[in-house]
Amino acid sequence: MDRSLRQTAETTRFGLRIDEQRRLENHMTRTFKTIPAIALAVGLLGGAAEAQTIKIGVNEPLTGAFAASGTYVVNGARIAADEINAKGGILGKKLELVIEDNKSNPTEAAAVAEKLITSDKVPVLMGAWGSSLTLAVMPKLMEYETPMVVETSSSGKITTTGNPYIFRISPPSAIEAAAFKGIVDKLELKKVDFLVINNDWGRGTAEDFSKMMKEKGITVGAIETMDQGAQDMSAQLSKLKGTDSETIIVTTAVDQLTLIFKQAAALGLKKRIITTGGSQNPDQIIAQAGAAANGTMHLTTFLPWFPEKTPNPEATSYFIAEWKKRGYDFAGCTESFRGYDGIRTAAAAIEKAGKAEPAAIKAALWDIKVKGLNGDIVFRKSGPQGKESGQSQPNVYLIEITDGKIGMKTL
Amino acid sequence: MSEFLQHLINMLVLGGTYALLGIGLTLIFGIMNVVNFTHGVLYTFGAYIMFIVVHQLGVNFFLALPLAVVAGWLLGAVIELTLLRPLRGSDIDTTMLVMIGAWIAMQSGALWIWGGVAKSVTTPFPEAPLVLGPVSVSWLRLFVLAAAAMLIVVTYLLINRTKLGCAMRATFQDQDTASLMGVNVDLIYTSTFAIGSSLAAAAGALLGPVYVIFPQMGDLAAVKAFAIVILGGLGNITGAVIGGFVLALAEELGAGYVSSGYRDAMGFLIIIAVLIFKPTGLFARSERVG
Repeated sequence: MDRSLRQTAETTRFGLRIDEQRRLENHMTRTFKTIPAIALAVGLLGGAAEAQTIKIGVNEPLTGAFAASGTYVVNGARIAADEINAKGGILGKKLELVIEDNKSNPTEAAAVAEKLITSDKVPVLMGAWGSSLTLAVMPKLMEYETPMVVETSSSGKITTTGNPYIFRISPPSAIEAAAFKGIVDKLELKKVDFLVINNDWGRGTAEDFSKMMKEKGITVGAIETMDQGAQDMSAQLSKLKGTDSETIIVTTAVDQLTLIFKQAAALGLKKRIITTGGSQNPDQIIAQAGAAANGTMHLTTFLPWFPEKTPNPEATSYFIAEWKKRGYDFAGCTESFRGYDGIRTAAAAIEKAGKAEPAAIKAALWDIKVKGLNGDIVFRKSGPQGKESGQSQPNVYLIEITDGKIGMKTL
Repeated sequence: MSEFLQHLINMLVLGGTYALLGIGLTLIFGIMNVVNFTHGVLYTFGAYIMFIVVHQLGVNFFLALPLAVVAGWLLGAVIELTLLRPLRGSDIDTTMLVMIGAWIAMQSGALWIWGGVAKSVTTPFPEAPLVLGPVSVSWLRLFVLAAAAMLIVVTYLLINRTKLGCAMRATFQDQDTASLMGVNVDLIYTSTFAIGSSLAAAAGALLGPVYVIFPQMGDLAAVKAFAIVILGGLGNITGAVIGGFVLALAEELGAGYVSSGYRDAMGFLIIIAVLIFKPTGLFARSERVG
């Protein structure tokens, strides 16, 4: 298909039959002109292909502290794009993902957004995984008036500062805290400490969860932080070992979580650990931290282990089957759905808008209803009046690891 | 009190590896006077060699360690022969730029080969820690501390008690005189850089299994190594060892009793203080080499 297309293109461009074309090419090889000719052909074909696709910019951390999570999200995004293209694309055109690495670095995330908008001319973005990364991108969205679907970030600030280009499908930490509120009595929490990543995500979570706990009469003890690139948390964990709290709420992504569980076990820390944020990928924790993961609890936003219990079992089963078919690590499934839902949300808005233009897509995002893997995606207004951001209300689940197996706790 | 003891144990374990990072760099940066920006990449390289040998070739963990050290030695020798030898005698800026280029190229190479997602190495050590009263420590970390201590002693003896070490010290004190005394200066340059590199790779091979392995893991390690070398005085092996433990102590107590958010800042505050009050480092001697 591809090859015949290319041949047709070449035939028309040079106005020659294919056999004549080959002869010409042979001649060109002899005269050492092949390289510029190929470069020209590739350039022309590339240009021609560009006009036939609709682009979505993907701004994710593929290297640095959040590389694992960002890669999972991008793989999920690819599944969504392939599924949409297999069904004929959007508005009669193929969907093309322009994927860029923001290196887990806010400065890079802003630069990547600028590049995607100005150079690749994408009409809508998805990104940027971390709260600090998304917050760094937000002024660029205002500057270029381009909407972005936020698939992972959970800092409250993102949807409350008055950026009308933000449409978030992940739960802010206040929603996570509210969902968790229902189970704190059952868990008999008395006093909790926090160990959170030292950025907008971690500090935001500590704030929202502390507020909820205080309302429930639970004492909040130490709030310890760690740098996003830190690999040794022994000092923080030693301090937490010595406090009189019985539970530690931990917020960070999977790579750091694995290290925390290992180091906590090495220090003989026997407190209950509950993680938040939905970037835990528990299977990876079990694989890398082993027995140290037993007894830990995690607030997640997807249940790939129990597709029948998700709001959209059929789509979930399709997604998991597709994920496995591609040979991806099952562990990543828990996070990758964000990329899948994010791209389907952006694509639905483009379809609804009827054209791939930022302003039309932004308007259409308010009117769509997508059957997401974690509940219906419908945007409600959030933030200061007149410049509201969109916020969808996803589900939150609590799971527990026992003997290396994942079980569900009812919230 | 038990918390303080635990912090001290953590400091010992962390300090041993910092010291190992420091002595490798002090050989190259302090004695050879090459601002070695590839130190962190060599650390990363050692960790990846460990990953390949243990997980892809299925070799025993304890056998993989010396292999990683040898691989680091070879890579160091190659860097010296191809990049540093042609530049010997040129000014420090040129060498520095070339080393920065090598750092970026090698890090991107690691990213290209192994991808950005972190890898972990399984170890033969039991998961349950060694518990001594109120404190506990993992067996893996004890092993790392012992191995680091052994490597430090070997390096110290090599520099101070062997003919090669003597030739090294002579060469970097006065190259011309050393050459007149029959020292093969070219060989000394290559072997010093290779030894320093193998120590970086050893640190990576030891710490890779403790933490996780990813292409940028060496960046923070390199920054700390430079800090340790400056703290201990350029080219001073004992100084680098003590510098490593001082940095670990500052981080551990800073995070435990001041603020964990500023953990990495604690070490650098000490370095700023050292640079203000004793710019040649805590343990600089009049005769700088060795």
